[in-house]
Amino acid sequence: MKRRQSVLAVLARNRPATLGASLLLVIVTVSLLAPLLPLHDPNATDLANRLLRPSLLSGNPLGTDHLGRDLLARLIWGIRLSLAVGIFASIIAAVSGSALGIFAGFFGGRVDNLLMRGVDMLMAFPYILLALTIVAVLGPGLLNALYAVAIVNIPFFARNIRGATVAVIRREFVDAARLSGMNNRRIITVEILPNVAPVIVVAMSTTIGWMILETAGLSFLGLGSQPPQADLGSMLGEGRKLLITAPHASIVPGAMIFIIVIAVNLLGDGIRDILDPRLRAGTLSRPAPLTHVRRESIPEPQSGYLLEVQNLHTHFIASGRVDKAVNGVDIEINAGQCLGIIGESGSGKSVTALSLLGLAPSPPAVITAGGVRLEGEELLSANFSRLRSIRGKKIAYVFQNPLATLHPLTTVGAQISEAIRCHRPVSKHSAWAEAVNLLNQVQIPNAAARARNYPHEMSGGMCQRVSIAMALANSPQLIIADEPTTALDVTVQAQIISLLSRLRHQQNMTLIFVTHDFGILAQLCDRVAVMYAGRIVENGSTEEILANPAHPYTARLIECAPRLGKGRRVLTSISGLPPAGDQLPAGCAFASCCDRSTERCRRGDIKTRPVAATHSVRCLYPLGCAP
Amino acid sequence: MNAVLRVAGLCKTFGGEQRLFGKPSPPVYAVQSVSFSVAGGEVLGIVGESGCGKTTLARMLVGLLPASSGQIKISGRDISDLSGETGGCGRHIQYVFQNAPGSLNPRKTILQIMEAPLIHLLGMAGADRKARIAELFDAVNLRREFLQRYPHEFSGGQAQRICIARALAANARIVVLDEPVSALDVSVQAQVLNLLSDLRKAYNLTYIFISHDLAVVEAISDRVAVLYFGSIVELGKAGDVFSGPRHPYTHLLTESAPVIGKPLSIAVDTPGDPPDPLAPPAGCAFAGRCDKAQNDCRLNKPTLTKNPGEHHVRCFHPLG
Amino acid sequence: MRRYVLKRFLAVVPVLLGLTLIVFLIMALIPGDPATAILGSYATAENVEKINRSLGLDKPLAQQYLIWLSNILQGDFGRSYSLNRPVLDEVLDRFSATLILSGAAFLLCSLWGVLIGIWTAARQYGWTDRILTVAALTGISVPSFWLGLLAILAFSVHLRWLPASGMFAVYGGGGMVDLLKHLILPATTLSVVATGVIARLTRSAMLEILRQDFICAARAKGLPEHRVLYLHAFKAALVTVIPVLGVQAGFVLGGAVYIETVFQWPGVGLMLVQAISKRDILLIQGGVVIVAVCYVMINLMADIAQHWLDPRVKT
Repeated sequence: MKRRQSVLAVLARNRPATLGASLLLVIVTVSLLAPLLPLHDPNATDLANRLLRPSLLSGNPLGTDHLGRDLLARLIWGIRLSLAVGIFASIIAAVSGSALGIFAGFFGGRVDNLLMRGVDMLMAFPYILLALTIVAVLGPGLLNALYAVAIVNIPFFARNIRGATVAVIRREFVDAARLSGMNNRRIITVEILPNVAPVIVVAMSTTIGWMILETAGLSFLGLGSQPPQADLGSMLGEGRKLLITAPHASIVPGAMIFIIVIAVNLLGDGIRDILDPRLRAGTLSRPAPLTHVRRESIPEPQSGYLLEVQNLHTHFIASGRVDKAVNGVDIEINAGQCLGIIGESGSGKSVTALSLLGLAPSPPAVITAGGVRLEGEELLSANFSRLRSIRGKKIAYVFQNPLATLHPLTTVGAQISEAIRCHRPVSKHSAWAEAVNLLNQVQIPNAAARARNYPHEMSGGMCQRVSIAMALANSPQLIIADEPTTALDVTVQAQIISLLSRLRHQQNMTLIFVTHDFGILAQLCDRVAVMYAGRIVENGSTEEILANPAHPYTARLIECAPRLGKGRRVLTSISGLPPAGDQLPAGCAFASCCDRSTERCRRGDIKTRPVAATHSVRCLYPLGCAP
Repeated sequence: MNAVLRVAGLCKTFGGEQRLFGKPSPPVYAVQSVSFSVAGGEVLGIVGESGCGKTTLARMLVGLLPASSGQIKISGRDISDLSGETGGCGRHIQYVFQNAPGSLNPRKTILQIMEAPLIHLLGMAGADRKARIAELFDAVNLRREFLQRYPHEFSGGQAQRICIARALAANARIVVLDEPVSALDVSVQAQVLNLLSDLRKAYNLTYIFISHDLAVVEAISDRVAVLYFGSIVELGKAGDVFSGPRHPYTHLLTESAPVIGKPLSIAVDTPGDPPDPLAPPAGCAFAGRCDKAQNDCRLNKPTLTKNPGEHHVRCFHPLG
Repeated sequence: MRRYVLKRFLAVVPVLLGLTLIVFLIMALIPGDPATAILGSYATAENVEKINRSLGLDKPLAQQYLIWLSNILQGDFGRSYSLNRPVLDEVLDRFSATLILSGAAFLLCSLWGVLIGIWTAARQYGWTDRILTVAALTGISVPSFWLGLLAILAFSVHLRWLPASGMFAVYGGGGMVDLLKHLILPATTLSVVATGVIARLTRSAMLEILRQDFICAARAKGLPEHRVLYLHAFKAALVTVIPVLGVQAGFVLGGAVYIETVFQWPGVGLMLVQAISKRDILLIQGGVVIVAVCYVMINLMADIAQHWLDPRVKT
């Protein structure tokens, strides 16, 4: 019940949806009250008062039609009829279409094939034409129009609901239900139906407006409601004959149809926004080309590092919540170094990497403080075209999932050439030759032919090599690799790490490597920054940190990762979870999980302090040191 | 050995049906004559990379997928007989999914989810159910007020505990764990692995533990089977297999696993991809990636042969 | 590619068979026999039987279908009793008019719809986005037959800019200019609803694509934003937009029924409405089959275009 209330609350916050709902409420109420309202008899003719113009003072505020019938009364009774027909048609279509869809999706195989072929056949007709044909068979009449419009919409429901059912059946909880001993009937009613219901509602919200329009259309053509009974469509059809002499007779009912349909659609859009998981997850906003920056001051440069990140804060600000994903990060890196940033999910390591060149998605990301300098040049205050000339040219990225980060509809060779040509004035031909050369460099066998492949034609490991080749395209000063091997198999991962290691030494490459795996870190990086809850808690040379971790969190993290060759054993674990980014405690974020913490750890800002020449830690009681 | 689960010649083929028009779709042999047995209280680890048939095998073991051929016997009874009983084989063997949040119906409360196996498999009455759920929740260290909540309110680690509790609810003696910790962070992963070990001892459970992560499998298993391209290529005691792998593929796996203090040893140009399932090779499936492969490897399929110490290897030229 | 096209063409055959079967069955279900309808007050038992025999209605249903199918394959759709003229001749005459109208409307709606969709997605939450989004919502909610009447009132009756009905002027008509003058109002009216639908779907497809990883990766390469939006994102969005265009072609083709009635455009739609009121079954049958076959072909082209664009679509 709590859920349902929140849905209504969300709907109330959506202004267009509220407008639609209130309009609809008024219209429905008035039409329901029609028998009680002081209206004329909608069918009473009065030939003496034909075609009166609308006038608020007379007894016929909206005028009269060609038979002298009161248009207001006819309009309100017409709304009743139109609404009833639209709603019933959509219920009939939804119930039978959804039943077919669930049935076909659940049982699959031959049943599915047969049903869906039938649906395809029906969908081979233009929608309105099919409705027309059905009315032609059944004969004109409002009820027949209702059936026609409902039948025509069944395929739409069947197809959508079948798709949703198939998607639900693939989810693990249906298998789990089966293993819990449920039979098919129970699985359909308890597991599938509640999860498909939102899709049915969404489909209804998109079609109900259509159905009202379609039945009105059939009546307009004289195939729906028959005189003297009139819905809005047939009023419009009758009014049309007198378009020039009495335009009000057709304008008013048409406007009413329009208002009803737009109200339905406004409400439907609102419902869809809430129920569609894709919309709900990201509030369907597109990320801007540049992360928003709202900071009060720009930190002064320190010294001649290649890249210097100072006190970087990237927050996700959405609907009143502030998630402090990156909360004061400092990084320095010299040319030729390889820095590993390690942390668990949600520690802010990827957001840090993306923030450096303004790639963190805005909205909701906002850089609220700090600075990023490449060779002394402040990047966060650079304008877009300057930043664009650095992206891919001076600093290049390699991302986690190669299949998702390459454009699916373009050959890999074309994608690498594009990266070359957007920074250097090279001919198409020589850019392609360079691309093939790069593919050779990352050891893709048969590179000239592979360049013509699409990403989906290559394995994950090969795609990641393409991404690396693309990053190398303009010989950047720095490459940022964001978990480049997490999506790959171990054997492929080892090859990619070897490749990166070799390229690094051959080309004296500077690398920032984001990972969650200490094993990879040890093999590749010469310096490590450990991130926890948006901050770097420990920073130093790889050997030093692996041998003598000073922060209790680092020590625990190293211990709890199972390591091959240690045999069967009980693992060290960290009790409790990292705090969420929108409720960070004062003091050290790890204090509540730490067995060394005291009251002092929960107060104030804890500064980084050196424990050795190349090793610093953000802890009051570092391991191996006197407090 | 007192085997509670015995699998013999298990195969699964997808496709290959005659279509209305044209040629039949090419068959894909997802699992090819897999045989093993597991003793009561034992943990058998199954290791393999993506696409090796791990999940297909797991789903056949719990009866979610019918086998194309071969036998699965639980405590001497064929799984197809068990499926006929009320509730199917869920009373004897249970399954824990990789994607724990996805294996909980988002529209049911945790209480409803926990009650399902108790009602449908055991036919328990209300009061008994309540007591049983309380006991299970204590065993997996979850607070009882969680029962009234919906799945989306839980973290990955908590959701996996709920799934483990549900798997235990039916009193099945065998649990198939399909990548149960792969989606979790290392710190949480350690908690769940330790919990699994404790539960095994407490309830004398038998585990089939499937994972791509060698270190995780090593930390929990008694014996290990290495799966490649649908077949077991090596099977033996966990210590033997990992410290002295005899199949070149197992050797490649152990060499590839990143370990602190071990230098990089994999060449950049090692052929990295398994064969195309639509065009399987005539001989050993690994021959194309193996630097020890000879002519016989490319022509004939090796069989799983037994070596001293119950160490089985499917290779003409085993290492060591 | 060539194999795929061939395969798709072959796959259309059963659809066309099914389609004709549905039309045939629906028509066979019509209550009352056509003979009585044709003969009206001249119906005597003897005459009815004669007509029935000439229409082949005394044979079993399956046989009737096969005869009918082989007839229409040879171009014989029968004779319209109300017009006393071969159905095919009438339908083909009318169909060219419908094709001109809905073709023009389709060009308008796909052009404007896609442009508005991209424009609003690129400027999400800007004021042009808000205005055009409301416009698109209005577009999908407006009854096109009512909009047509308003257009006639405004542009023909009051402003006297454009003709209100027909395809050519009655006196001194003919020629391209005259046709275009007559085409503007009905084609624009017919395109409004489809424009709204296409714009809304293009917008959401673009927004969906713009959140994908490969857009972030394209930006990380340093590509100019117009290239990211109009090349990378739009290319990927087209894969979802093309089937929408195919479906909308059907809506335009079907929606022509209303517009032809309102503007007295001498197309198949108007013919069908008149045929239904006269219960001229053979004429309805012929009109429906021709329009539906045309729609199937349009969807086939959409399929092929999508395959050409997206190499991932499996054959």
